[in-house]
Amino acid sequence: MGELAQYLVTGVGLGCAYALTGSGLVVIYRVTRVVNFAQGSFAVLAALCVTTVLAAGLPHGVAEGLGVLLAAVVGLLVGLVATGKPGTTPQAALIVTLGLGVFAYAVEILFWGDQPRSFPGLGGAIGGVQIHYLLIIAVTAVVLGAVALLFARTDLGRALTATAADPYAARAVGIDVVRMGLFAFAVGGALGGLAGVLITPVQQVSFDSDVALVVNGFSAAILGNLTRPGLTLAGGLLLGVVSALVGGYLSTAYQSDVALVFMLVVLIARAGRRDVVEAA
Amino acid sequence: MIEARDLVVRYGAATALDGVSLSVRAGEMVALIGANGAGKTTLVNTVCGILRPAAGELATTGRLALVPEGRHLFGPLTVDDNLRLGAWRDRTGRDTGHIYDLLPELVPLRKQAAGRLSGGQQQMVALGRALMARPDVLVIDEMSLGLAPRVVEHLAAHLRERNAEGLAVLLIEQNARLALDLCARAYVLEAGRVVAEGPSAELAGSPEVAAAYLGLES
Repeated sequence: MGELAQYLVTGVGLGCAYALTGSGLVVIYRVTRVVNFAQGSFAVLAALCVTTVLAAGLPHGVAEGLGVLLAAVVGLLVGLVATGKPGTTPQAALIVTLGLGVFAYAVEILFWGDQPRSFPGLGGAIGGVQIHYLLIIAVTAVVLGAVALLFARTDLGRALTATAADPYAARAVGIDVVRMGLFAFAVGGALGGLAGVLITPVQQVSFDSDVALVVNGFSAAILGNLTRPGLTLAGGLLLGVVSALVGGYLSTAYQSDVALVFMLVVLIARAGRRDVVEAA
Repeated sequence: MIEARDLVVRYGAATALDGVSLSVRAGEMVALIGANGAGKTTLVNTVCGILRPAAGELATTGRLALVPEGRHLFGPLTVDDNLRLGAWRDRTGRDTGHIYDLLPELVPLRKQAAGRLSGGQQQMVALGRALMARPDVLVIDEMSLGLAPRVVEHLAAHLRERNAEGLAVLLIEQNARLALDLCARAYVLEAGRVVAEGPSAELAGSPEVAAAYLGLES
């Protein structure tokens, strides 16, 4: 298998992690209008948790499931702290999530130290491609498909959209707006956790891995104004592939700049268009 | 259905409702009239449990549904999805079929995004969404605001029909003529107090009330 194809597969795998992180941001933003800067911490906490649970002897699958569950619970708690107090503005909540993200560093270093950790994923390779990358892609496709169905086809999804569209009317028909927001934070947490659990076998995780994830995830999400899951997926995959190509052919030192340049390009391209603000 | 006695509602230091008493009995259609800033929407939000009174008593019996001022539809969702969410409290009652029987003009709009409809169409959806809760009493805040007379007449006809079937209605209106025409009894609210109440015909016939509060020239 050629070098280019390798980079492409690696990039798509990485892009899936970005897309999951970005989708978590989108779900939370759509329902609560809060940009959750603790989003990357969900991935790191889940991955670190899996290393511990595996070391304790639990089998694969269960361990990863527990990691995602932990991230969902942490997501719920972040939501509770950031938005639980009535009258909190999305801007204030954003700052709270930023603070919680930094607080997560302390917790992570306390329990797991500051050295990178990893755990094995799905072994083996087909035609030079690690099977684990295929697993990442398959799980991401299934999960993002399920989230799309949740929003489009279920009353719970409609209620989540309704909460974002008009909180006053949502309350008037009996929708518990705060609870919907917390549910969104839990789903966002689970999506972030899943990103961490899936990517760690091919890319070590340490307490500050959240930065790369959240910067890339956020870049992917702003392609879709933080509200469009499809564009977020496309943005994540594009970022993953470009990062892999830049890392492969130029230098890994430039990889972290890809997302920032991408964000800049999207923002400049959007600056002249009116519908950005209206759509958001 | 709704029994409010000496309600007081404050926003910080400002008193929005100052000892308001009001009742809506089963099957009754009651109007609440008053100018902008009289406290009508505050009263609506209190009756619907969105605001908490600082003093006074409020008792509601039966199911209550609200058609909020300015429609407040869920813009990105379809008409049908808006209707479904009207029955959010009732997991088993979310079939929208009976609403299309009651409001047949919604049938061709069912798959359209509610945010793209005209004002009159939106008000019809808002009415349908409230009816989805199968309410015993319907609270309608500013039904006619910004709508063409023909559309308003259409909505009023629907209300009369539902009322004839036993639905109690509390109609909040700036358009006093419409409200008095539609409802048997009315309250006139000014600066957070009820300044007149009684049968609509009496209120409309009283020159003082008509001139001072209803904007009706005799």
